[in-house]
Amino acid sequence: MNNVAKALLIARRELSAYLSSITGWLILAVVLLADGLLFNTVAMAGEKKSFDVLQGFFYFSSGTTMVASIFIAMRLFAEERQQGTLVLLETAPIPEYVVVAGKFFGAWTFLLLLLALSAYLPLLVLVNGKVTLGHVVAGYAGLMLLGAACIAIGALASAVSPNQILAAVVSGAIIVALLLAWMLAKKIDGPIGDVVGFLDLFDQHYRSFSRGTIKLTSVVYYLSLAYGALLATTAVLTARRWRA
Amino acid sequence: MIEAADIYKHYGARAALDGVSFRIAAGEVVGFLGLNGAGKTTMLKVLCGLLLPSAGQVRVFDVDGVKDPLALRKNIGFLPDRAPLYGDMTVRAMLSYAGRLNGVDGKRIHGRVAEVLALASLENVADDLIETLSHGYRQRVGIAQAIVHEPRLVVLDEPISGLDPAQIVAMRGLIRGLKEKHTVLLSSHILGEISQTCDRILVLHAGRIVAQGSENELTVGGQKRAEIMARGSLADVEKGELLRVPGVTDVEALPLEDGLIRLRARFASNEVREGLVRSLVQAGFGIRTVNDLESDLEAVFLKLTRTVNPAEPGLTQKGGEA
Repeated sequence: MNNVAKALLIARRELSAYLSSITGWLILAVVLLADGLLFNTVAMAGEKKSFDVLQGFFYFSSGTTMVASIFIAMRLFAEERQQGTLVLLETAPIPEYVVVAGKFFGAWTFLLLLLALSAYLPLLVLVNGKVTLGHVVAGYAGLMLLGAACIAIGALASAVSPNQILAAVVSGAIIVALLLAWMLAKKIDGPIGDVVGFLDLFDQHYRSFSRGTIKLTSVVYYLSLAYGALLATTAVLTARRWRA
Repeated sequence: MIEAADIYKHYGARAALDGVSFRIAAGEVVGFLGLNGAGKTTMLKVLCGLLLPSAGQVRVFDVDGVKDPLALRKNIGFLPDRAPLYGDMTVRAMLSYAGRLNGVDGKRIHGRVAEVLALASLENVADDLIETLSHGYRQRVGIAQAIVHEPRLVVLDEPISGLDPAQIVAMRGLIRGLKEKHTVLLSSHILGEISQTCDRILVLHAGRIVAQGSENELTVGGQKRAEIMARGSLADVEKGELLRVPGVTDVEALPLEDGLIRLRARFASNEVREGLVRSLVQAGFGIRTVNDLESDLEAVFLKLTRTVNPAEPGLTQKGGEA
């Protein structure tokens, strides 16, 4: 059994854990309810062009996606540690990066399921309005990438936290810090300010997706952020063998 | 052959393992005996590759555990003190998942799970959710997940902890049965369990092995204690010559109601005990009961863990390498 197969095995287990838990279904229900309510009360409010309605949908969906990612990822390692099941993965002949990749893909797949279930809202706009399929695809690409980055950050927080609540708080704090990077960038002159501005999770990178444009730099940014967080998670798991 | 050589593990300034060395031959059932905090779990975790030692070398069937932890883990099945089981899985699904994680081929997994279910007497709960099982069944599932990939070494941390007497007997049989195909290393602070289950005992105290050997080897030279209930007076004990019976030390006497006294004596062997009882009878005491206060092994264990200074080298008993 190669490492890809092992990662998929772990991912399947993660996905089934979400689908067999109340928490998983609660996350699905609450986020879909919030998406529906926000679509009707915010995106559809007043006289708007269909382009603006769709952009509004992707705007608030980024918020629900980030919140969902925090709650989806908080259990990844912290719950296993609390329940004493992490040892099953730690004693298996599987490299840490495979465990991290498997868990990440399991959680991300669950988020993709959630996003897929919300697709009826932009599809309604597509059918009844004057927007392009490309706008919908670009918006969902943005949500998928944003979700991937947030879940990877959540995985890291879950690996360093002793319990799920703390994991949610830590990942929430990191994500908020990245959301507010533009404020800090305004206070810093020169190239450092540009770098801080580039780190901004939403304003700098997501807005273009919500308007139907896919920017390569933003794709690279989200993938790099996710990769970096997963790399750090792997390092945390490896370092555990040096501690207790 | 499993070999640990000069294993040290420090948590800050505290040494959880302080130069532990031992060898275990293939097919042995070996028990780590020690008080809580003696370093048993730390040592087991080092053996399983869960913890890297601060210094020292672990070799499990010619695999260097420090240099090649993945190869080490292929050879090991581990049951920690709390069985690592997912409550939302059925027993069958759990064993299948554990087997696949540990490299059992997809074509073989169903047959192997069926074998392990039978071995651990779990067929009747195979399709039950683990969260609905009793502690005893969970421990069995824990052992089953540790052996599903047919590891050469099975490591069990406090496997009988929390089990009722009937479950203990069943678990003992299961562990002894593992000997046919696996080398077994288990830890416990329960002396009776270790002595009944294991071929050999490693006594761990304050991070060092202070004795090792079979129960018989460990108890050679050990002192015994017995409690004797007898009819007689304290004055007769005091003026008697009980302490002069060769091999008897530390006689304590306490008067009870109805003209009875309770004697607690420490002595070197069963022959001395007989001599002591004979002396009491000859002195006019009416013997009611004679009970051992602790087993031979208990006496040795208490002596080792109370008096041995682990910093002193050379205190290891027969076969000692620590």
